[in-house]
Amino acid sequence: MSQAIVISRRAVLAGSGALVLSFSSAGRLTAQDNAPPPSATLAVARPLPGSLKQTPYLDSWIRIDADGAITVFTGKAELGQGIKTALMQIAAEQLDVDFDRIKIITADTALTPNEGYTAGSHSMQDSGTAVMHAAAQARQFLIAEAATRAGVPAAQMKTQDAAVIAPDGRRFGYGEVVSARLLHVAAAATSPLKDPSQYKIMNRRIPRVDIPAKVTGGSAFVQDLRPDGMVHARVVRPPSYGAQLAGVDDGAVRKMPGVVKVVRDGSFLAVIAQREFQAIEAMRALAAVARWNETAQLPDANGLGAFLTSLPAQDITVLDRQQSASSGAKTLSATYSRPYLAHGSIGPSCAVAQLDNDTLTVWTHTQGVYPDRAAIAEMMGMAPDKVRCIHSEGAGCYGHNGADDAAADAALLARAVPGHPVRVQWTREQEHAWEPYGPAMLIKLDAALDGGGIVNWDHEVWSNTHSTRPGPAGSLLSARYLGKPFPEPPPKPIPMPEGGGDRNSIPIYTIPSARVIYHFLPTMPVRVSALRALGGFMNVFAIESFMDELAAAAGADPVAFRLKHLDDPRAREVVATAAERFGWATKPRAAAPGRGQGFGFARYKNLAAYCAVACEIEVDRDSGRARMRRAVAAVDSGQVVNSDGIANQIEGAILQSMSWTLYESVTFDERRITSVDWSSYPILRFSAVPDEMEIHVINRPGMPFLGSGEAGQGPAAAAVANAIADATGHRFRDLPISAERIKAAIGV
Amino acid sequence: MRPLKFALAFCVVLAVAAGILAIIIARWPAIAPIAPPAANSFDPASVKRGAALVAIGNCDVCHTAPGGRAFAGGRAVPTPFGSIYSTNITPDPETGIGRWSKAAFQRAMRFGVRRDGAYLYPAFPYDHFTLVSDDDDNALYAYLMTRTPVRAPPVPDRLPFPLNIRLVMSGWNLLFLHPGPYRADAAHDAAWNRGVYLVDGLGHCGACHTPRNLLGAERTDLKFSGGEVEGWTAYALNELSPAPVPWNAAALRHYLRYGWEDSHGVARGPMAEVAGDLHLIPADDMRAIAMYVAEQMNHAAPERDVVVQGVERQHQRGQSGAAASGDGQANALRATDTKNDEGAVTYAGACAGCHEGPRALPDGGIDLMLTSAIGGPSANNLVNIVLYGLPATEAARAPIMPGFAGAMNDAQVAALVRYLRARFSDKGPWTDIAKSVHDARSRARFPAASPASVVEPTPSGTAQQASQ
Amino acid sequence: MKLNVNGNQHDVDVDPRTPLLYVLRGDLKLIAAKFGCGLGQCGACTVLVDGEPVFSCITPIALLADKQITTLEGLGTPERPAPIQRAFIEAQAAQCGYCIPGIMMRAHALLQKNPRASEADIRAFLEPHLCRCGTHMRILRAIHRAQAEMTPANAGGSG
Repeated sequence: MSQAIVISRRAVLAGSGALVLSFSSAGRLTAQDNAPPPSATLAVARPLPGSLKQTPYLDSWIRIDADGAITVFTGKAELGQGIKTALMQIAAEQLDVDFDRIKIITADTALTPNEGYTAGSHSMQDSGTAVMHAAAQARQFLIAEAATRAGVPAAQMKTQDAAVIAPDGRRFGYGEVVSARLLHVAAAATSPLKDPSQYKIMNRRIPRVDIPAKVTGGSAFVQDLRPDGMVHARVVRPPSYGAQLAGVDDGAVRKMPGVVKVVRDGSFLAVIAQREFQAIEAMRALAAVARWNETAQLPDANGLGAFLTSLPAQDITVLDRQQSASSGAKTLSATYSRPYLAHGSIGPSCAVAQLDNDTLTVWTHTQGVYPDRAAIAEMMGMAPDKVRCIHSEGAGCYGHNGADDAAADAALLARAVPGHPVRVQWTREQEHAWEPYGPAMLIKLDAALDGGGIVNWDHEVWSNTHSTRPGPAGSLLSARYLGKPFPEPPPKPIPMPEGGGDRNSIPIYTIPSARVIYHFLPTMPVRVSALRALGGFMNVFAIESFMDELAAAAGADPVAFRLKHLDDPRAREVVATAAERFGWATKPRAAAPGRGQGFGFARYKNLAAYCAVACEIEVDRDSGRARMRRAVAAVDSGQVVNSDGIANQIEGAILQSMSWTLYESVTFDERRITSVDWSSYPILRFSAVPDEMEIHVINRPGMPFLGSGEAGQGPAAAAVANAIADATGHRFRDLPISAERIKAAIGV
Repeated sequence: MRPLKFALAFCVVLAVAAGILAIIIARWPAIAPIAPPAANSFDPASVKRGAALVAIGNCDVCHTAPGGRAFAGGRAVPTPFGSIYSTNITPDPETGIGRWSKAAFQRAMRFGVRRDGAYLYPAFPYDHFTLVSDDDDNALYAYLMTRTPVRAPPVPDRLPFPLNIRLVMSGWNLLFLHPGPYRADAAHDAAWNRGVYLVDGLGHCGACHTPRNLLGAERTDLKFSGGEVEGWTAYALNELSPAPVPWNAAALRHYLRYGWEDSHGVARGPMAEVAGDLHLIPADDMRAIAMYVAEQMNHAAPERDVVVQGVERQHQRGQSGAAASGDGQANALRATDTKNDEGAVTYAGACAGCHEGPRALPDGGIDLMLTSAIGGPSANNLVNIVLYGLPATEAARAPIMPGFAGAMNDAQVAALVRYLRARFSDKGPWTDIAKSVHDARSRARFPAASPASVVEPTPSGTAQQASQ
Repeated sequence: MKLNVNGNQHDVDVDPRTPLLYVLRGDLKLIAAKFGCGLGQCGACTVLVDGEPVFSCITPIALLADKQITTLEGLGTPERPAPIQRAFIEAQAAQCGYCIPGIMMRAHALLQKNPRASEADIRAFLEPHLCRCGTHMRILRAIHRAQAEMTPANAGGSG
């Protein structure tokens, strides 16, 4: 990383909503043209790669202007995971142009393909694959066109630096060759992809394009948008779920300095002011005079396991494999639990919306501009094509947080002051109290051992849904509080193979007899939805903790025990690499009081990236505090585009997962959420950061991209729990493994 | 200053003279080292009892360096005479107390003498620990000898001559040490005696809460009249208590157990560390401690009407649920209403949002009508908290207050402190504010900014806790 | 009242109780400092006042007359980044990047005051800051890199 970093003003501006605003789509057949092409041209025997399936036209993905400017379009959003940079690398490589030539437009209902949500570690798999094939096919068309013009067979043409070169040296710039119709063709099922051994860009640690603006004060986030005429809004949320606004005497608030409007629609209450701090003061004043009827009844936060198993359940058989009659010589049983967990983005949710004539534009950090648009349009009673949702980055997105709800708030308030951009900023307390949490879960595992191996496995998981995303209008928080409220849609389980509460519940290990039951719980007293890795975090935590318990019962080393039950060579290599680079000690170690080593492994969703984590934990016996000293991970994400991007994701996953595992739980009393800030919902701080961390990225040239954004969550949690068990001799099955619980278990 | 210096010198001479006398009278022999006893040679029940006793004695607080291993020592204990560094009391044979026999341990507790016969300094409060019973010394010994041994060589003390000569302490002991153990007062019941035993003995409350004379000994005539520790005022625990709402046993129990109490606020500075330990002690012991201390404060002035309003306001907070509705803060006086008083503007802009906000304690700021910091004898605590706040605790639930050391200059802090004193207490103005601010900034008085003690999850609300 | 930000004098007409953060982001369009909690708990809003890191979200501008305020914009530009900015880019020390400006400001203040700050010093100094993406390892690497650049004697030591 010693090369000089050159930052251009353009690079700094990229990523701001403002750029997208001024973007002209003149001449291009836009992604609005999403209807599949006539079936005659779709005579394909095999499905198109990635998101080309839903959006087959090449010019939905790649645009080349007459001046040679190249723009990539993706329906996926930058969440800080570096997807922009990776997609630009892919396009540059397959088009054979310099990286710096590529620009990218992300999730925008007016401009980009509909790729659903940026979630589930799908971006590389869906959009990366689509862009790769679209770019390769576009290059082929450019070559063909240039070959025709040159009168030379296409096979003799080469590409270099955004131009097609004829054998005689004649140069046809992409911009000269391209015409409006050249790329408006449906993709083919196969593409002339480059040989991975020839990669010049798709195998480099290219610095992320979004970072320079973020470290120099450039406009980088939806929170930073400052369009002319913008006014500031704050919502006064109810004190508890479902509370109804009984009354509010807003006379004094209306007279406060800068107040433009107090908006009330049913139990939706908000204020709009000229300046931001005026809006804050008006919100406080309004909150102080609002009277609510509260009805919420929340479960006992200290007895969530019993509460979950007491709820009516819809039982789903996820796996029923009966191949062995052996009941095993030795049986083990264990129950694991986790509380509700908050996403806790550092920047609370925010959105800007503007209603002009009958067109609504919403700048939002939603994960899905198209589904969000559908929900907002329904809530507003508008046609979807009159609503445009433009993704603009928010603070870290780890699943379904308040982003969509803030977008809905902004849309409702934009209607109150037509013509003005309205910026709605949630407060810290509102984000903590109202975001949909990762659901509390309970998992019961039973297994039988015979001959040192597992012969039988039973997995039962109790959980709410892991997605209440938009959706119908009722999925938007404020829509449920309007005078004419939209009902909360009934929750549905996410089907396998991705799964929700049952994500990663099928053991990846080779076990002759195994059953998995998902007790899907439709009753949701606490608002829940998708949190990074969904059920995969908890299922992997439980399975990988249990694997250590079984290894101990079998008298085996935990890593060797895993390898004994793993057939997939890629899984084996990831496990072996992490263990070797960590220096996994298979023999009893020299007595280091209070220190332990732990291991965790999973293939995310059993179909995405493989990730193994080994870590060393030190437990302070007197305070009970567990501190990670060192962690080593190995990850196989298929073809690597930017290994530093993958490493960054895994490093972050390990630290975030450690924080969930050791510290976090949403708290509430009978009625209200009580963890509403960082003092009542503490997370990792710098004092608990490990001394060292290493990520080993295993490249698989030419193999499909495997999403890695969530792959580390489960393995890291298990590695932490297993290391604590190794350090203390006590097995902790309930999260969080707090200092208090450790202290109570180890006694004096 | 001059008479004080003279008196100090005189006292030092007196102490040295007494020391010489004492040397003639008695020198302590070394007690032979022992082979470190195995952890399993101790009765687990005794170890467990020792854990609670160590919590009462707060041994870990002084004997653990910031960020260091528990009981391994090395924490600087500032005294008016210089810094003394706590010792390693893990059972490490070379650098800890691994080779100390039970007799050596008890001699240290009762007479302030090291195993090798050298004198300890009373920064180790053996003048209190001397009251500890044989049984409790056994349990303390059992607990400490079963800790994880840590190799941590002692840090040399920084004391001027002649105090750096440990023998001098023999004179101090002659004057101020009244060897125990505690003898019960038959005129009172067992619970009362238990309270005295814990408070005056192992709990060594007076070490901070009783003023000291020029030789650093507690003024027994002014017991619990308030003292100084690590740059903080330890408030009076007798009728001089400055608490706007008089303490009672129930409030004290809650405060000591959880590190905060609705009408008295959040423990900070060294008291946060004390409270951080006390949740480990048996309920009966806590009851005895609270009862005895409350009795000492029984004669404090009754609460004033103005304070009653503050209490009522405080109790209403958290009922509105406004924290989840908005941002948990309140609007304060507009600047135009503050008559150009710089302190008033600062209060309105920087303090009132939380201290008048809708959130209840411990997450919300206390109504300043109720805090001893503003009615107390010196500005030190208020200055400390304004400058350094309550830092975040390492990944644990605890109130956080941001410090304003960077945002406010000395004059601004002084103006704020002056304003708060005038508005929220009926005491006269402090005269030493500028010096207090300067001393804190220049570290002349080492204000340790400790995080608040960890708040345990209290899903059933605070009302039940208070009445437990 | 008058505010001196990044060496420029600004006349602002707002209530003196207004926290600096809203004046920077709203009136002066300096958007590097972020709103994170409004409580002084997360550090996202950190800027320097006379070289000291402060939470701008809870600092009323009434306190800031005659003081020098420095924001991330004042350290360097995309074309001429300050050492701390270059270091964060080179170490790719961001995921979402929302917490980063505040952390950079505090780190900058530390390195200005104590160029030889140890690893433990740096960690302790950053304790008021939260990062939810888990970028901590890279942030620490970036600060060491900046430290090496700012103090040539330390070059080669770390980063």
